[in-house]
Amino acid sequence: MGIRERLSGNEAIAVAMKQINPDVMGAFPITPSTEIPQYFSSYVDNGEVDTEFIAVESEHSAMSTCIGAQAAGCRAISATSSCGLSYMHEMLYVAASDRLPITLAVSCRALSGPININNDHSDAMSVRDAGWLMLFAETNQEAYDNYLQAMRIAEAVNLPIMICQDGFITSHAIENITLVEDDKVKDFVGEYKPEYSLLKGSMAVGPYATPAFYIEAKRQQAQAMIDAKDVIRSVSADFEKMTGRKYDLIEEYEMKDAERAIIIIGSSAGTAKEAIRGLRATGEKVGLIKIRSFRPFPAEEIARALKNVKVFAVMDKADSFNSHCGPIFAEVSAAMCVANINNPKGINIIYGLGGRDVRVESIERVFAQLDEIVKTGDVGESYRYLDVRE
Amino acid sequence: MKDIVEIRWHGRGGQGAKTASLLLADAAFNTGKFVQGFPEYGPERMGAPITAYNRISSERSSVHSNIYYPDYVVVVDETLLSAVDVTAGLKAEGAIVINSAKTPAELRPLLRGYAGKVCTIDAGKISQETLGKNFPNTPMLAAIVKVSGVVAVEEFIKDMDASFHHKFATKPQVIGGNMEALKRSMEEVTVG
Amino acid sequence: MSNLKAKDINETITWKEITLGCSVFEGGSAELVNTGDWRTIKPVIDMEKCKQCMLCVPVCPDMSIPVEEDGRRGEFNLFFCKGCGICAKVCPFDAITMIKDEK
Repeated sequence: MGIRERLSGNEAIAVAMKQINPDVMGAFPITPSTEIPQYFSSYVDNGEVDTEFIAVESEHSAMSTCIGAQAAGCRAISATSSCGLSYMHEMLYVAASDRLPITLAVSCRALSGPININNDHSDAMSVRDAGWLMLFAETNQEAYDNYLQAMRIAEAVNLPIMICQDGFITSHAIENITLVEDDKVKDFVGEYKPEYSLLKGSMAVGPYATPAFYIEAKRQQAQAMIDAKDVIRSVSADFEKMTGRKYDLIEEYEMKDAERAIIIIGSSAGTAKEAIRGLRATGEKVGLIKIRSFRPFPAEEIARALKNVKVFAVMDKADSFNSHCGPIFAEVSAAMCVANINNPKGINIIYGLGGRDVRVESIERVFAQLDEIVKTGDVGESYRYLDVRE
Repeated sequence: MKDIVEIRWHGRGGQGAKTASLLLADAAFNTGKFVQGFPEYGPERMGAPITAYNRISSERSSVHSNIYYPDYVVVVDETLLSAVDVTAGLKAEGAIVINSAKTPAELRPLLRGYAGKVCTIDAGKISQETLGKNFPNTPMLAAIVKVSGVVAVEEFIKDMDASFHHKFATKPQVIGGNMEALKRSMEEVTVG
Repeated sequence: MSNLKAKDINETITWKEITLGCSVFEGGSAELVNTGDWRTIKPVIDMEKCKQCMLCVPVCPDMSIPVEEDGRRGEFNLFFCKGCGICAKVCPFDAITMIKDEK
């Protein structure tokens, strides 16, 4: 079952793209996602795929290319990072509101400034309201697996999807991976047969909508995101049947009797698991919730998982600069409020910005801070930076 | 061999320390291990100090941080000994492998009190004599395999032979030299 | 998911029924829009004065001056004519006059 390999996260994404053989790729290079179109263009050149590779002059054009191609009834893909994602911003909204299930691989990187090429989530978090589905990966394996599931999820709800992984940390690190056989990938992903497209008949995409229609269109778009939760679950279940690898909207790790928990996203979840194994060995009741699907946001699931903890820390690898918390903390707090769960105390930890290394000891320090809150009953400052020189 | 071996590489941009770490990951992968191979990224400048890492284990390691307490350290360029604290966090029961014509006893005073094993290998000389060029990568890779035992020597030799035949399919004349470099390095590495 | 024609979309449509991204599933849907309804003054032509010079035809922004098969201009299409008056301005023979529209 499966093909034993060792690949970097970027290579893994490029291999997934090759196995899927999409119709069009529009791409512009930017560190650390450059390798994705680089590898993929060699597959195009070698005739291993018959994708139309369109080298454009900017990310704005890369996304515009995808929008045109997808509207014509093609499967369109791209890859980007950081400022490249920012430069797509306008077109990301167009892709989502035109309801085009484009697939975008993101190797997450800090936004300027100071200029920095290393990992955090400020790029992905800054487009969180653009209307895209967003899945995050802890490992190269998860990035690959998420990519194989992406198109089925996106096409079922007519929304574009971002497959995010951590720049350099997983994008450039060689690790073991189990690939799915080509023919199984083809069967799993299937053909793209849009009900409507520009090439199928007379159709205009992306028209002007007056106030009499705009909000109806947006309400419908919101419903697609709500519906996506069940779609992600059902596609993940099919994927598990094929590979044995289980995915959900969130992953709960050692949460059953946890008194202290962290909520985390991306590669640092793995480092946190190692910290938890160590703390559990000394009898500490600690656990974590890893968010796989950030859009749609698993509000009910997180609230349910946090219901019985005494204290939790939401880890944000991006700041909102709103003077009180980062983006995931805001979402988790809203989830707890709506679920009417007030007992657990919560703090927000801003960490890992611009590639600040997140160590096992870093996570241990977070659990120590939570322990202090349990002991004193005092939350103190809820908006905290981790591993920053004072 | 214990469950996980962590190795840190020190080199200079352009010397191939990153490539060597990826080759080691490949060699360990081919013997059934779980591997991680990754450099520390930043502005890439020829000659500037760079660091690369390997985790090699029998179970998948979920840690995604740099390595602070390595079992082994490999120094591809001995001029780094004065510039970088290469033994920082290095476990006393581990070892440091340095590319140098000097003996371990001569280099130990430069290692800020490190008490573990110091190993030297003249990778530059071996490379010149077997490949006619200064490519210290291949001999350094062989030396760390020998010293750490992270991959069994016979398996390593067999695997590298296959990988050179694949890599140098269009210029088979260099395969012999590379294999010679590996074998000589394993014989000549001095443990002190 | 609907692929309603433009004639079936109006301001009573619900969010469940509206087309994806407000896509329009036909060409030339402007033909359905009675822009003539926006008119407050309308052109009338005096055929005695008209020399069939055809200057009015290309300047009409609403394509409301049809050309007949015999090559002569026809009557105004008042379903589209917004009453802008450009035709009256360009007519060298004062054959077109704008008058108050009585609908």
